[in-house]
Amino acid sequence: MSHSFDDISQQLRRRHRKSARLKWISMGALGLAGLFLVLFFADMLNKGLPAFQQAYINTEVNYTEEAATDARQAIAEDLVPIVSRTEIREIPKEIRNDEDLIGTSEQKWLLVNGEVDQYLKGNRNKLNEEEREAIDERVESGQVELAFNRTFFTQGDSKTSERAGILAAVVGTVMTMIVTLAISFPIGVMTAVYLEEFAPDNRLTQAIEININNLAAIPSILFGLLGLAIFINFFGVPRSSPLAGGMTLALMTLPVIIISTRAALRSVPDSIRHAAFGVGCSRWQVVRDHVLPLAMPGIMTGSIIGLAQAMGETAPLIIVGMVAFIPDVGASFTEAATVMPAQIFTWSGEPEHAFVEKTAGGILVLLAVLISLNAFAVLLRKKFERRW
Amino acid sequence: MNSQAPVMSEQDIPNVGQPYTRNDQASHELSIRVRDLNLWYGKNQALKNLNIDLFQKNVTALIGPSGCGKSTFLRCLNRMNDLIPSVRTEGLVEMDGHDVNASKMDEVALRRRVGMVFQKPNPFPKSIFENVAYAPRMHDMVSRKADQDELVEQALRDAGLWNEVKDKLQEPGTSLSGGQQQRLCIARAIAVQPDVILMDEPTSALDPISTATIEDLMDRLKEKFTIVTVTHNMQQAARVADYTAFFHLGEIIEYNDTKVMFSTPAKKKTEDYISGRYG
Repeated sequence: MSHSFDDISQQLRRRHRKSARLKWISMGALGLAGLFLVLFFADMLNKGLPAFQQAYINTEVNYTEEAATDARQAIAEDLVPIVSRTEIREIPKEIRNDEDLIGTSEQKWLLVNGEVDQYLKGNRNKLNEEEREAIDERVESGQVELAFNRTFFTQGDSKTSERAGILAAVVGTVMTMIVTLAISFPIGVMTAVYLEEFAPDNRLTQAIEININNLAAIPSILFGLLGLAIFINFFGVPRSSPLAGGMTLALMTLPVIIISTRAALRSVPDSIRHAAFGVGCSRWQVVRDHVLPLAMPGIMTGSIIGLAQAMGETAPLIIVGMVAFIPDVGASFTEAATVMPAQIFTWSGEPEHAFVEKTAGGILVLLAVLISLNAFAVLLRKKFERRW
Repeated sequence: MNSQAPVMSEQDIPNVGQPYTRNDQASHELSIRVRDLNLWYGKNQALKNLNIDLFQKNVTALIGPSGCGKSTFLRCLNRMNDLIPSVRTEGLVEMDGHDVNASKMDEVALRRRVGMVFQKPNPFPKSIFENVAYAPRMHDMVSRKADQDELVEQALRDAGLWNEVKDKLQEPGTSLSGGQQQRLCIARAIAVQPDVILMDEPTSALDPISTATIEDLMDRLKEKFTIVTVTHNMQQAARVADYTAFFHLGEIIEYNDTKVMFSTPAKKKTEDYISGRYG
């Protein structure tokens, strides 16, 4: 029995409707995900961008004898409640460092107290009517103004909101990542090379392979516990240091690097290996001269992605003590330091609105770093991708 | 099977291997001697009691239907089968009085004397110059830059590629055409000055013109090298080979002077195969 086109279209209509419905549902899911992303970014930008601005006041600083003991003498009396007390605290130090300053004076832009800063940004603050009018006048005359917040990028953490910056965390992150990469990259790559190019295919190597894959799925806080128990308690690595944090994160990054390196090695065609063996290369020469150079873009991409993952990690670092109040920009691998996500975590616990702003600002900096790292990985892959 | 037999002379085993007619134009100096060679892939026996003498400065073609073991046999000659974990080999493959399968034989040394050209052209993804210069440098055959340049030029000339690539030695080897790539692979193989060159269906991925070029090349190369080639193409065997071995199901059915083999095959199976009745 044959069907006419009409019969068939009748039946088809239902199927087409069904596929159209599914298409709309999946597009809706994508749209929803996109919407959340947009909301997240809008919220972060809205809260975080003001953190990149800060109120400064232009005033004369008089380095007098009295100022060396009572710093408030250095500036006009009515400015004392407006200028940040962290700035005032600095003046005696400056004098102590350079005796010649005494008797001179200097016109300077100083940080303004956090409450005034918040008032200028239109946020909730503790200023009374009178003080607000006084500030408005100074803004009018150009003595007080909102400018780019260089303090945020040049200072470590502070309990005083206007002084708190992310530099200590950025430096801490860089040092921690240097340790992580220095440990996990060579070990990870060599492990993968052994498993992929040298190891016989037996029960033992299969068990190792399964374990490495499982390791990638272990909750990161467990790596923190391992780091605490082994690196800090057993080997005596200094607590809270980039060394301890970097070693812990290296454990976490290792499986990622091993898995991506193996995938990269496997994607090198066997014909290249045969060609190299055919001209009399030893196994190591085949790997070093032919396989590794071809796999390098894949290895680099995997390592950068593993590193980016480690960079955003907080949980294991809480355990090894890297979530701490660190006002000084670190200079050593064995001294206490903090990292960006930990700094964000610390700020998020502060009640003042100025710190809410800094939390969001910190997130924006972290996101910017992560996005540039990932973009770098993509670029690397595109640039070195070879065909054969 | 007495695989631990002391080194045997031809007189001890008069009719071992296949009886063959001497090719009067060819050299009769022994290059590789194979006795009672057996090979298994796991439990699967792929080569059965092979006995064959390969002569220096000749082209020997290995023909036979797919899966008959001719490529497997070829790879026994430079121990490329070592790379496959499940392979087990027994028997004697002797070159220059040395058993190539002996534990004290270094496969790297062997592969320097027995080069290989593969079915699909597989130049290294490096420059044309590097493709040829890499192996001699690795084997410490050249010490000065000038020696290296000279050696690369000589190898490319021998492979008949020099005139086509002399102006673009720094371009990637993979930018050449298929036939040129295969000649580059031949240049790469002869750059280390081996005694034997194994070719595993070197023209099967090439067009007829490139194939003809490679065949001419084989004809010239046999003045310097012993060539063992696997081919699916019987006309090719007839054109280029001095000797031909016919493989079937892991055994050598017939091994003879090519002209004799193609005009008056001794075995029925050979005749059926070369006349195209199966294969």
